[in-house]
Amino acid sequence: MEIFRADVAIVGAGGAGLRAAIAVAESDPTLSIALISKVYPMRSHTVAAEGGAAAVTQAHDSLAAHFHDTVAGGDWLCEQDVVEFFVGQAHREMVQMEHWGCPWSRTDDGHANVRAFGGMKIERTWFAADKTGFHMLHTLFQTSIKAPSIRRFDEHFCADLIVDEGRVQGVVAIEIATGQFRLIQAKSVIIATGGAGRVFRENTNGGIVTGDGMALAYRHGVPLRDMEFVQYHPTCMPGTGLLFTEACRGEGGFLLNKDGYRYLQDYGLGPAEPTPRNKAMELGPRDRLSQAYWHEKQKGRTIPGPHGEVVHLDLRHLGEKKLRERLPQIYELAVEYLGVDPAHEPIPVLPAVHYTMGGITANAKTESSLPGLYSVGECSSVGIHGANRLGSNSLTELLVFGKVAGVQAADYAKRTAHGNDRTIASLAKDAQRRAESVVSRPSGGERIATLRREMAKSMEDGCGIYRTAATMQATCETLAELKHRYRNVQLDDKSKAWNTEWLLAIELGYLLDVAQAMAHSALNRRESRGSHQRLDGFEARDDANYLAHSLACYRGADAPRIEYGPVRITSSPPGTRAYGAAGEEADRKAKEQEVAYAK
Amino acid sequence: MPNSRHIEIQVLRYRPEQESEPVWQSYDVEFTDDMSVLQGLQHIKDDLDGSLSFRWSCRMAICGSCGMMINDKPHLSCQTFLRDLMPGPVRIEALAHLPIERDLVVSVDGFVKKLEGIKPYIIPKEPRTLEQGEYLQTPAQLERFEQYASCINCMLCYAACPQFGLDPDFTGPGVLALLHRYNADSRDGGRDERMQIVNAEEGVWSCTAVGYCSEVCPKHVDPANAVNQNKVNSAKDYFLRLLTPKGVSQ
Repeated sequence: MEIFRADVAIVGAGGAGLRAAIAVAESDPTLSIALISKVYPMRSHTVAAEGGAAAVTQAHDSLAAHFHDTVAGGDWLCEQDVVEFFVGQAHREMVQMEHWGCPWSRTDDGHANVRAFGGMKIERTWFAADKTGFHMLHTLFQTSIKAPSIRRFDEHFCADLIVDEGRVQGVVAIEIATGQFRLIQAKSVIIATGGAGRVFRENTNGGIVTGDGMALAYRHGVPLRDMEFVQYHPTCMPGTGLLFTEACRGEGGFLLNKDGYRYLQDYGLGPAEPTPRNKAMELGPRDRLSQAYWHEKQKGRTIPGPHGEVVHLDLRHLGEKKLRERLPQIYELAVEYLGVDPAHEPIPVLPAVHYTMGGITANAKTESSLPGLYSVGECSSVGIHGANRLGSNSLTELLVFGKVAGVQAADYAKRTAHGNDRTIASLAKDAQRRAESVVSRPSGGERIATLRREMAKSMEDGCGIYRTAATMQATCETLAELKHRYRNVQLDDKSKAWNTEWLLAIELGYLLDVAQAMAHSALNRRESRGSHQRLDGFEARDDANYLAHSLACYRGADAPRIEYGPVRITSSPPGTRAYGAAGEEADRKAKEQEVAYAK
Repeated sequence: MPNSRHIEIQVLRYRPEQESEPVWQSYDVEFTDDMSVLQGLQHIKDDLDGSLSFRWSCRMAICGSCGMMINDKPHLSCQTFLRDLMPGPVRIEALAHLPIERDLVVSVDGFVKKLEGIKPYIIPKEPRTLEQGEYLQTPAQLERFEQYASCINCMLCYAACPQFGLDPDFTGPGVLALLHRYNADSRDGGRDERMQIVNAEEGVWSCTAVGYCSEVCPKHVDPANAVNQNKVNSAKDYFLRLLTPKGVSQ
């Protein structure tokens, strides 16, 4: 097996991985960096992020306000010291991106413009039309080309981590074009592989978002934290789940039921006003909006469509000119994929899975419990999103914590020597044998797509917008059965070069492990908080018992063990999460409480 | 579910471990009117033949992975709908002019190497610290390059470009558009360094102004326009070099 020795290996070359790579290169140009991705960097799913990236920018805004929006938006399950750091670094990172050439949309006088976003009290979301993730990703990729110390391994699929002497020592990757294995030996490893939305049926995610890094860290003993918190984005395309950005509502779009009524006013988000008001109505947080859809559906006030019940995203009153300028991609998606001209007709939408709030347990330095292993981005749980992420916090997260991960992993690598070459090579061979056994298995007759569909359907049935013990239990049982059947997966393709069926099979193994962590964490949380809402006697938040992070610990063929860890509260004691008119009243009370708490 | 129909999808297969040259294979695909060509291929892979290889990810025409020849024209398969290709058959091949690695997968290496060669990053005209905040750039200044920054690197324009078909060393439309993107950015001062690439034999002068690149671009980047503007710049550059001993460009 070919061996490449790096100081720092980074798995995943989306926004987080690229930002981390640049940070390593800038912190010490003599360190060698292996940047490994199963796709070319510009294909990474950061590319699909639309709306923007949050950072306190306007004079009448404050870090405290961004902090409070984030913590309340996360239903107080955030690590508050980490959120404090995050909001403090955000603006600097936006400016850094600007210096690197990101084409941020501008005000008339040439400053970066900001737009309103759900759950954010003041406009603070930097944006590049409605292609913010695309522009950030390409800016980071093209900027990374400057750094000679970054050696890219494009289209290399990560098959395993190498763990020896109690620390991570590298990764084993498959060169997709040839099927050859490579050992990338490293002193520290950063996982930046993105989320796991593909465990659900209807989702906004690209095909590559299969939880690879989460599953690998988990299998090597790092707990996955808060995995029950899965975000449903309220405005997605029926059938495919493709995303219509929250910026549609930030720019003034309405959500209407079958009667043309702005139904969100019936769910504590009113009053309904003709122009957008921050943290109210259509600019409420995503969990509340997706839940409101569910209730409208129960009441029979949604609109039947070929792919299920929908509501209407109405942008007509914004006019074609503004839509073309601010939401050009949305405009084209609606016209090309749905045959709907949003300047003249409302867009049919429904909620779809969008984001995994939880992930690989990491502290404020992005370190995991496995020495040398760091994680950043959607795969990571650094603790800023709690039980519900606010839109436009995740693109900022890539930058702020991508930089942290790079600096930390560089520092660790400088203090550490490579381990025992012989043991590492032997572990790598074991990993190769395991990965190859997926192809050479005797025929078991199970098709990958069948198992994947059953998993995705079961996750939607059991761990959707609203949950009960019975449905979650059924999902846990289905997943156990699917994991058993997974051993009988049979491939049509036995070749080496570009055997994508083989990679799909390995990805299915990752997905099933992540799905189990989600379902069992959900079943064990006997309360409702943020995106985790129950209908079976646990409808309320229960701070006495569950103001705690869930930690899913891997146990091989058995179901994961679920433990709990403390939540760090610094200045914001758990309060009422309220939006619309009630929210303004609650904000006032919270401020008084904070003052009292500080004393 | 919407009503379904059937269409024949013919795919040019090439598996280097099995075939010495590409062969056509035909699949009968049941589809609904909202299904893209990509969804047709996914159905083949999932249910009919797991050995068919192709790249895809975002499904929404932004990641640039799924370019292929559909009925002899370069398209993103996620953005092309089977209903528009009735009655069929649909003929699908790997992107033209690029080496095939397997089935519908072409080599991206050449494109990426060219991209790496044009210094695709801001070379600041005036250095600025983070403490000084962002560069000011008016909406009009942004508009001068924004369109060229919208290239998703899907390489459809390379499959369309007859010149690239003849000379794989030609820098090509997409990368020249990105080069122009940086040259046209008010924050950038690297134009002189990049003009050497523009002026080279493989630079803009290889372009024979067919304009098919802009026609097939799924993001309206209009690389032909970028190439053309650089021909003007390159000509000016040449003229100024005759006048001044060291070669100065504006």
